Amino acid sequence: MSKRRLRRGGKKGIIRRLMHFTGPYKKFLIPALLACVIGVSLSLLAPVMVGHAVDYLIGPGEVQFGPVARYLIALVAVIVLSALFQYLMGILTNAVTYRTVRDMRKAVFARLNILPLKTLDAGERGDTINRVVTDMDLISDGIMHFFTQLFNGIVTVVMTLIFMFSLNIPLALVVVCLTPLSLLVSYLIAKKTGGKFREQADLRGEIGAFAEERITNQRLTRAFCSERNAQNTFEEINQRLYNCGWKAQFYSSITNPGTRFINAIVTAAVAACGGLLAVHAGGGMWAITVGELSSFILFANQYAKPFNEITGVVTELQNAYASAVRIFDTLDEQPESDDSALPALQMKQGNVRLEHVCFSYDKERPLIRDINLDVQKGERVAIVGKTGCGKTTLINLLMRFYDLDSGRILIDGQDVSHMTRDSLRAVFGMVLQDTWIFTGTVRENIAYGKPDATEEEIVAAAKAAHAHSFIKRLENGYDTMLYGDASRLSQGQRQMISIARVMLVSPPILILDEATSNIDTLTERRVQRAFDKMMQGRTSFVVAHRLSTIKEADVILMMDAGQVLEQGTHEELLAKDGAYARLYRSQFEGGGK
Amino acid sequence: MRVLFKYLKDYRKECIIGPLFKCTEAVLELIVPLVMAKIIDVGIPNGDTMYILKTGGEMIGISALGFGCAMICQYMASRASQGFGTQVRNALFKKINTFSDRELDRFGAGSLVTRITNDVNQLQVAVAMTIRLVSRAPFLIIGAVVMAMILDLKLSLVFLIAGPVVALALYLVMSRCVPLYKKIQKKLDRLATVTREELEGVRVVRAFSRQAEEKEKFDAITDDAARASEHVGRISALLNPLTFLVMNLAILAIVWFGGFRVDSGALTQGEIIAFVNYLTQISLALIVVANLVVIFTRAAASASRVSEVLSTDSSVTEKKNGFAQADLSAPAVEFQDVDFSIGAENILSGIRFQIHPGEMFGIIGSTGSGKSTIANLIERFTDATGGEVRVFGHNVKDYSFNEFRSQIGLVPQNAQVFTGTVRENLTMLRSDVTEEQLIAALKTAQAYDFVMERENGLDSVIEQAGRNLSGGQRQRLTIARALVARPRLLILDDSDSALDFATQQKLRTAIRRDLEGITVIVISQRVHSVRWCDQILVLDDGEAVGLGTHGELLRENEVYREICASQLDESEVAANE
Repeated sequence: MSKRRLRRGGKKGIIRRLMHFTGPYKKFLIPALLACVIGVSLSLLAPVMVGHAVDYLIGPGEVQFGPVARYLIALVAVIVLSALFQYLMGILTNAVTYRTVRDMRKAVFARLNILPLKTLDAGERGDTINRVVTDMDLISDGIMHFFTQLFNGIVTVVMTLIFMFSLNIPLALVVVCLTPLSLLVSYLIAKKTGGKFREQADLRGEIGAFAEERITNQRLTRAFCSERNAQNTFEEINQRLYNCGWKAQFYSSITNPGTRFINAIVTAAVAACGGLLAVHAGGGMWAITVGELSSFILFANQYAKPFNEITGVVTELQNAYASAVRIFDTLDEQPESDDSALPALQMKQGNVRLEHVCFSYDKERPLIRDINLDVQKGERVAIVGKTGCGKTTLINLLMRFYDLDSGRILIDGQDVSHMTRDSLRAVFGMVLQDTWIFTGTVRENIAYGKPDATEEEIVAAAKAAHAHSFIKRLENGYDTMLYGDASRLSQGQRQMISIARVMLVSPPILILDEATSNIDTLTERRVQRAFDKMMQGRTSFVVAHRLSTIKEADVILMMDAGQVLEQGTHEELLAKDGAYARLYRSQFEGGGK
Repeated sequence: MRVLFKYLKDYRKECIIGPLFKCTEAVLELIVPLVMAKIIDVGIPNGDTMYILKTGGEMIGISALGFGCAMICQYMASRASQGFGTQVRNALFKKINTFSDRELDRFGAGSLVTRITNDVNQLQVAVAMTIRLVSRAPFLIIGAVVMAMILDLKLSLVFLIAGPVVALALYLVMSRCVPLYKKIQKKLDRLATVTREELEGVRVVRAFSRQAEEKEKFDAITDDAARASEHVGRISALLNPLTFLVMNLAILAIVWFGGFRVDSGALTQGEIIAFVNYLTQISLALIVVANLVVIFTRAAASASRVSEVLSTDSSVTEKKNGFAQADLSAPAVEFQDVDFSIGAENILSGIRFQIHPGEMFGIIGSTGSGKSTIANLIERFTDATGGEVRVFGHNVKDYSFNEFRSQIGLVPQNAQVFTGTVRENLTMLRSDVTEEQLIAALKTAQAYDFVMERENGLDSVIEQAGRNLSGGQRQRLTIARALVARPRLLILDDSDSALDFATQQKLRTAIRRDLEGITVIVISQRVHSVRWCDQILVLDDGEAVGLGTHGELLRENEVYREICASQLDESEVAANE
C-alpha cells in the first residue's frame, strides 16, 4: 500500500481522527479524566495528613493523641477514596482504550474488504497483517500510556507543585529550580537509548530475516555443505547485534538509578534547606514544621518521578503515532467504486464478449492491448502462452478484480462495468492455481460459497471432485479441522477441495487456471472427467498447459505479451503454421528419443 | 535447563561483580534515611546550620557513590546478558543446521525461528534482571525490615504484617492475570490468521461475494479479544490501588503506634519519619518482585523451549572416523531394498535400482508417491529405515557429509533462492569459481539471458524469497546454482514445472550437451520431462511398479501407460513408440 500519500491535516489531523474513534466512549473518557484528577490529588493529600499527624509526635510525654487521631481518621478517608478513584480510572481507561482499538481494527478490516485488488496486490501481505495486529496493539499501548502515565504524570506534577507551594514557598522554589536537572538526565538517557533501540530493532529484524530464510531452507545449506558459511554470516550479524544491544540495554538501564540519584539530590537539598528554614525562619511565613518537612520530602520525590515516566511515554507515543499514520493510510486508500445503486446482472445464456479490451498494471507498460473475443454459450476457451503473457490478467479482468483501461466486457449483452460486482462474480466459478484453504472444517471449506448447503449437496460436490474418498479417510471426515497452511493436505487434495467448492455452487461460467496441474496424474484424469462433465453446456475459460484440454477447446487464444497472436481451433492454428504451431511442435515433437 | 548455564560461564565475573555492587548501592540507600533523621533530630533542635549543611552534603555524597555502584552493576548486567544471548543464538543456529528432516519436521521451521529470536530475547531479559534486581529487591526488603527492627522491634511488627499482605495482593492479581494474558495472545494470533487468510483468499472471497461474512468472522474475534483485554484490565487495575491502600494503612499504623513509643521516649520524631521511608522502600521493592515473577515465568517457558532444541541431537550423524572416499567409476546411486517410513506410515518400501555413471535417470509418479523422498535419502537428509542407500560405491553412512554431498548438485522442489545478489546465490557453495564458470552454468540453465537483461547482471539483487523473479526464472537460477558446484551427480526435483514448453526443451538439450559424463536424476510427474531418460523408475504409492525406457514402459507398464494417456493423446503416444 502506498506510503507516500498526503495525509489529511498532518499531525493534528491524525490525533483528531484518533479522537474521532474515541468519540463514542466520551461517556467513559470524561469520568476517567475526572477520576484521575481526584485520585491523584487525594493520593497527594495522604502525605500531608501523615505530616500533620507526625507534627504532634513532639517528644516523650508531649504526644497529643487527639489531633493525631483526627488526622489519621482523615487519612483513612483520603486513602480509601483515592484508591477507589484510582481503580475507577483504571477500568474506565481500559474501556476507552480497548473499545477504541476494537472499532479501529474493525474499520481497517472493513476497508480491506472493499479495497480494489490493485491496492491489495501491490501491498505486502505481512505488512498489512502487521497493521491489523501489531500496529493496533501499539496504538492501544499508546492510548493506555497516555492516560495512565502521561496524563497521570501531568496531574501529579501540577498537584504536587500546588501542594508544595501551599506548604512552603522557598522550599518549593528549591525543588522547581532542580527540575531542569531531572529533565536533562531524562533527556540525555532517552536520546542515547532511542537511537540505540532503533538500531537494535533493525538488527533484530535482520537476524530474524536471515534465520527465517536459512532455517526454512536448511536442506539447501546441508546439500551445499555451506553450514560454515551460514554460521559465519549469522555470527557476524549476531556480533553486531551484541555490540549494539549491550549499549542499548546499558543506557536504558541507567534510567532507574539515575532517577534515584536525582531524587536523592532533591531530597538532600530539601532536607538541608528545610532544616535551615526550620532553624532560621522562626515563626515567619517561611517557617516549616518537622512534619511539614517530612511531607515535603515525599512530595519532592513524587514530583520528580513523572518526568522519567513522561520521557518513557514519549517514545511509546511516537510509536503509537507512527502506527496510527499507517492505519489511517490504509483507511484512506481509495475503495472500489460503490456499486450498490447499480442493477444486478441478468444471466440468460452465458455469452461473453470482449470489445477492444485494454489494460495495464502500470500505465508506463501497457499489457493487454485491444483484445476482441466473442464466446458463445457453452463454448470452451483455452488460453495458451508463455508465463507473463497476460493469461492470469485476463482472469482478473473477467472477474472484475481489476477494471479495464478501455474497452468493454459484455455478458449476454450487458456491460459488466454497469452491473454490481457481486452479481457478476456469482455467474463465475473459479479455480485458481493457488488454492485457498482457510481455518475451519472440511465441510466449511467446501460449503464456502453456499453456507446453507445440505449434507447431501456437500458430499455430492466432494464426490464429483473426487475428494470424497480422501476426506472419508481423514480422522474426522468432513469435520476434520483444516488450517491455513493446510500442512495435512497435499497440494492435490487442496485443489480437489477448491474444485468441490465450485462444484457445489454450480455457476454458469467457469474459469479454470491450470486447475489440475497439481493433482497427481491418476486423480487428474478423474477430475478432468468431472470437469468435462461440468463444462458441458457451460461457457468456460481455461488457462491450459495440458494438450488434451487445449485440443478439445472450441477456441484457442494464443497469447504473447498481452496480445492475442492467434485465435482458432487446434486444427485451424496448426494449419496456419504460426506461433501456436511452433509451440505445439516444441512441446510434443522433437523431445523424444 | 542446565544446558543453558554453560553459556553464562564466560560471564562469571560479571555475574558476581554486578550483584555485589547492586547490594552496595542498596546498603547506601538504606543509610540515607538515617542520615536524614539526624538533620531532624540533631540539626534542627540544636539550630546548628553547619551540621545541617554538612549532613545534607553527606546525603548527596552517599547517593553519588550509590549511583556509581549502580552504573557498574548495570554495565555488568548488559554485557553478561547480551553476551549470553549472543552465544545461545550462535549455538542454536549451529545446532539447527545439523538437524535432519526428522528433527526439522518435529519442531517446524517457524517455531525454530521464534526460539532463536523471541525466546532468546526473553532469556536475555531474565539474565539481566537477575543480575540487576534479584539481589537488590530482597536485599532492600530484608534490609529495611532489619533497620526498622533495630530502630524499634515492636513497631517493626507493622512491617511484618504489611509486607505479606502486599505480597499476597500482588500474587493474587498476577496469578489471575498471567494465564489470561496468554489467552489474549492466542486471540490475537487468531486475528492475524484470519487477516492473513482474508488476504490470501481475497480472490475466492470476492468470487463468492462473502465479504460480509468474512467481516462478521473478524468482528466476532475482535470483540472477543477486546472483551478479554477489558476483563484482564479490570483485574490488573486493582494492583496499584490495593498496594497504595495497604501501604498507607501501614503508615497510619506506624504513626499511631509510633505515637505511643515517642510518648514513652523510646523513639524520636525523626525516627518515625525514617520508619515511613523504609516502608515506602519496601513497597517499591515488592512491586519489583512482582514484575520479576512475571519475567521469570515467561523466561522459564522460553528456557525450556530453547534447551529442548539444544539438547536434541540429529538422528542423522557422521560416523566417527575412517570415512569412505567416493569412487566415481562405481554406480552413482544404488538402492538396495530401501524402506522408509514415518511412524506407522510407509513412504517407500523395497525400492531397488542402480544408476550407472553418466546415465540419465528419470523418476515418475504422482504427488505423494515418494519421489522426493528418494532424493532426500540420496542426500542423506534423513536415513532409510531399511535397506541400504549407496552413492559412488559406498553406503552414504560411511561418508563424511562433505565428501559425498559436495559431489551432488541438488535442485530442490519449490526453487528457493536467497536474499542477495545473483552472484551470491550462485556462489553460496563455492567461492572459488571464475566468472566464466558462472556464465557457463547460467547458459546451460537457460538463465543467462534474463540475468543479463537486468541492469546489474550478475550483481542484480534478488529480494526476499525471490519475489522479483518469476517462478520459471527462480527455477532456472537454482539449476545454475547447482551446476556452478560442478557436481558429479545432478538431481532435478520437479525443476522445470514453471518453464514454458520452449524453454523446457532448450534446457533439456543444453543439459545433454554440456553435462557429458555427469549422472542426472530427473524427478517429475510429467512424462515429457523424463521420457528422454536412459531409465525411468515408475513409483506408485511408495512402491516401484516399473523400471525401463520410455518405449519399454509404454509397452509393458499399465501405470506408466495411464500416466501417459492423461498427459498426451493417443496419436502422440503411438508416435513416440
